[in-house]
Amino acid sequence: MSTSGDSLTFLALILPFLGAAIAPFLTRALGHNAAWVLALIPLYLFFHFAGFVPEVAAGGVVAGGYPWIPSFGVDFSWYLDGLSLTFALLITGIGTFIVLYAGGYLKGHHHQGRFFSFILMFMGAMQGLVAADSFLMLFVFWELTSITSFLLIGFDHSREASRRAAIQALVVTGLGGLALLAGLLVIWNITGATSLSELLATGDALRGSGLYLPALLLVLGGAFTKSAQFPFHFWLPNAMEAPTPVSAYLHSATMVKAGVYLLMRMNPVMGETVYWETILPIFGGVTLLVGALLAVRQTDLKLMLAYTTVASLGLLVMMTGLGFEHAIEAAVLYLIAHSLFKGAMFMVAGLIDHEAGTRDVTKLGGLRKAMPITFAAALLAAISMGGLPPMFGFLAKEEIYYALGFEGGWMTLFTLVALLGNALMFAVGFAVALKPFLGPEVETPKHAHEGPVLLWLGPLFLALTGIAAALLSSQTHALFSSPMASAVAGEPTTVTIGLIPGIGMALLLSVITVILGIVIYRGLGFTRDRIAGTLAAIGWGPDRGFDQAISGIIRLAVAVTRVIQNGRLDTYVTITFVAIAAGLLIPIIFLDGLPSWPTIPMLPFYEWVIIAIAVIGLGVVVLTADRLTAIVSIGIQGFAVALIFLLMGAPDLAFTQFMVETLSVVILALVMTRLKLTQSDHRPLGEKALDISIAGLCGVGITLVLLSVTQVPFDPTLSEFFATYSYAIAHGRNIVNVILVDFRAMDTLGEIAVVMVAGLAILALVRIRVKRTKETTEARR
Amino acid sequence: MNTVIFRTAAPYIAALMVIFSIFVLLRGHNEPGGGFIGGLMGASAFAIYGIACGVSSVRRALYLHPMTWSAIGLFLGAAAGVMSVFFGVPFLTGLWAPPEIFGIEVELSSILLFDIGVYLVVLGAITSIALALEEREED
Repeated sequence: MSTSGDSLTFLALILPFLGAAIAPFLTRALGHNAAWVLALIPLYLFFHFAGFVPEVAAGGVVAGGYPWIPSFGVDFSWYLDGLSLTFALLITGIGTFIVLYAGGYLKGHHHQGRFFSFILMFMGAMQGLVAADSFLMLFVFWELTSITSFLLIGFDHSREASRRAAIQALVVTGLGGLALLAGLLVIWNITGATSLSELLATGDALRGSGLYLPALLLVLGGAFTKSAQFPFHFWLPNAMEAPTPVSAYLHSATMVKAGVYLLMRMNPVMGETVYWETILPIFGGVTLLVGALLAVRQTDLKLMLAYTTVASLGLLVMMTGLGFEHAIEAAVLYLIAHSLFKGAMFMVAGLIDHEAGTRDVTKLGGLRKAMPITFAAALLAAISMGGLPPMFGFLAKEEIYYALGFEGGWMTLFTLVALLGNALMFAVGFAVALKPFLGPEVETPKHAHEGPVLLWLGPLFLALTGIAAALLSSQTHALFSSPMASAVAGEPTTVTIGLIPGIGMALLLSVITVILGIVIYRGLGFTRDRIAGTLAAIGWGPDRGFDQAISGIIRLAVAVTRVIQNGRLDTYVTITFVAIAAGLLIPIIFLDGLPSWPTIPMLPFYEWVIIAIAVIGLGVVVLTADRLTAIVSIGIQGFAVALIFLLMGAPDLAFTQFMVETLSVVILALVMTRLKLTQSDHRPLGEKALDISIAGLCGVGITLVLLSVTQVPFDPTLSEFFATYSYAIAHGRNIVNVILVDFRAMDTLGEIAVVMVAGLAILALVRIRVKRTKETTEARR
Repeated sequence: MNTVIFRTAAPYIAALMVIFSIFVLLRGHNEPGGGFIGGLMGASAFAIYGIACGVSSVRRALYLHPMTWSAIGLFLGAAAGVMSVFFGVPFLTGLWAPPEIFGIEVELSSILLFDIGVYLVVLGAITSIALALEEREED
């Protein structure tokens, strides 16, 4: 591994963020044509990563990195094997066209620069996520994808629906991110690995551990929320509030696949257990069916596609979970195929919306003459989505049936699920690709015509890639599918499926799928009404559940606040001091044991006098009826203590104590004289007794703690260190001050920050009161 | 508290206290004293001045809002720490540059700057609280 290659990959990882920084300025200068310049960034990245393909295809791994926080063993490191590399190529390749597409789609939008910035940031995050080796990097980039996704969904922030969808996506994927963090910590705890490459080398350590199940559930929590598995699927369709380039990029081709990526990444060390092979296929299968059925119900092109994305993600999770060789190969092929055709489909949907002014499938028709190139791209993508030759989607679906069809038994169920899901997706795919273009011409809100090159370039290219990848299937497999499948399976795997299908079970299932798909397509309106009726009968869904959960949390927070922060100062003080007394007394009585009775020291006469002054001062505080007297007496007691410090040889402490006492008296006097409290104490006797006992317990506690502390043998290490080095290192003879401003300057910096913030807070509180009293006095007048 | 004697003497007492607080701040490195104690003394000086002659004259004397002085102090403290970046040593490491002025060695250091920061933070925060409370007295 050469150093220049290292620094180039590092540059590749941060380049999108640099691009994000200049995008707004570039857009201001060039308008929407900035897309041509900005698309060079993902294009360059694509070729950078493509340069690794030969090495990885030969079974190698590209790894590198720099130490980040060496003291914690955290590196900024990357690890590119077949899995990450294929992902990186999809992200940068599709990203190139998305940037171009966004240039055309948001042409003239006054925040287009911001949009470019967000989408490049997302690209950087996603690319970092798949390239990351260290857990910390993986987690940071994982969260960055959630945050950039939030920004992109809420891009049109003046609409409430966008804001809600953005927050919903952030909450769901953010919670998943926390689960993932916990999962990574558990994994680190079990294996001691801090990076994926180390983890992959641990073999069975994770599976054999007693903490395997918690680790698995936490990782699944992250993966299922990110990849919109049932019952967390609801955020994905809502995320369609984002502009179409975002839907095409984040919510079909890349980000939502991050969860699948994680599962595939963990498969070699977490897979092939009963839990893995039960949980994943069941959730995946349910997601597949739910997504596909809900897709049929929709009439909005983007929503139809969104739900089929949910279904596809379910299919991917199901296949990954089944985990045997052909299932993995099928998942890999379907993942590549899906990224290509779904990206293209979304861009087509956006193109129709952009040119015709609506994306309601029932209000569209006859666009084939007006938009021939779009129609071609849509048709090609739909053929791939429906799994027909000669597209890459066909290979993926054959492999799925090939994997499922030969197992029998338990697998028959999953075969049926896959069959039904695929048939439904077939119908929806062709509904999106055919209905707007065929039939009689319909009056659309805008007069439709072919979109600009920026808009149709992406979908057409992606659709054509789908053909090319299938026609050159042996090369595709050698370069991408096989290395990726090997990385997922954790052992060398060769994908062999070609365009010429073998006669057998798989082909039969394919034919049944197509026939069933055509039947559903013919009866789409009927099926749609049926599903809509059923859903209306159920009424409740996870989407509404999300709202209920959020409002429940808010109500809980309000209730808790009402109980804890009831606004009564005496309650606060009572609770605080009860806690202090308990904290002081319980450990001493139950853990450490009471200190022995101290020997009364021999003190000179004047020291006894000073102690007596302090005690008398305290007595006056307790007994006096007048507040001012009490305040002054506290001051007297404090001064007496300060004198004792002085006599015991702590001038700095005494000095500070004098000043603190002076200021306390001044400030207390200022506060107390203004509070307009009645002179006499009118608490009932019971309350007085309670307060006295709490105060007494606190006092006893402090005394006992101090006695215990003085009875522990004194360890002079630190004192000696400071005494020796105070002048030698820090050029100061006043040890106290040297500790404050040099040896422990970091603590002091924190403390002065606290002093200032506390001052600001007090100032604000005092100001609020002043204002209110003024208002009330004016109101009284 | 508004006796003539107090009102006449307070400005002089306050001025002396401020001068003494700066003295305490500067000697702090080798003798008892330092930024924290100095700041408390300065704050007491302004509090006394405020009680005697009114808050508005203290505010005039301070020129900036006391919280601004506090912020300047925090900035100086942080800046004293950041200076170490330019010398390739860890954050807040003490840096010393003792130039000789008129034949006397003056111990300039980032530590001194930091201590001045502490002084200003304490002075500003306490003074602003005291002044705010005194202002209420005048309502």
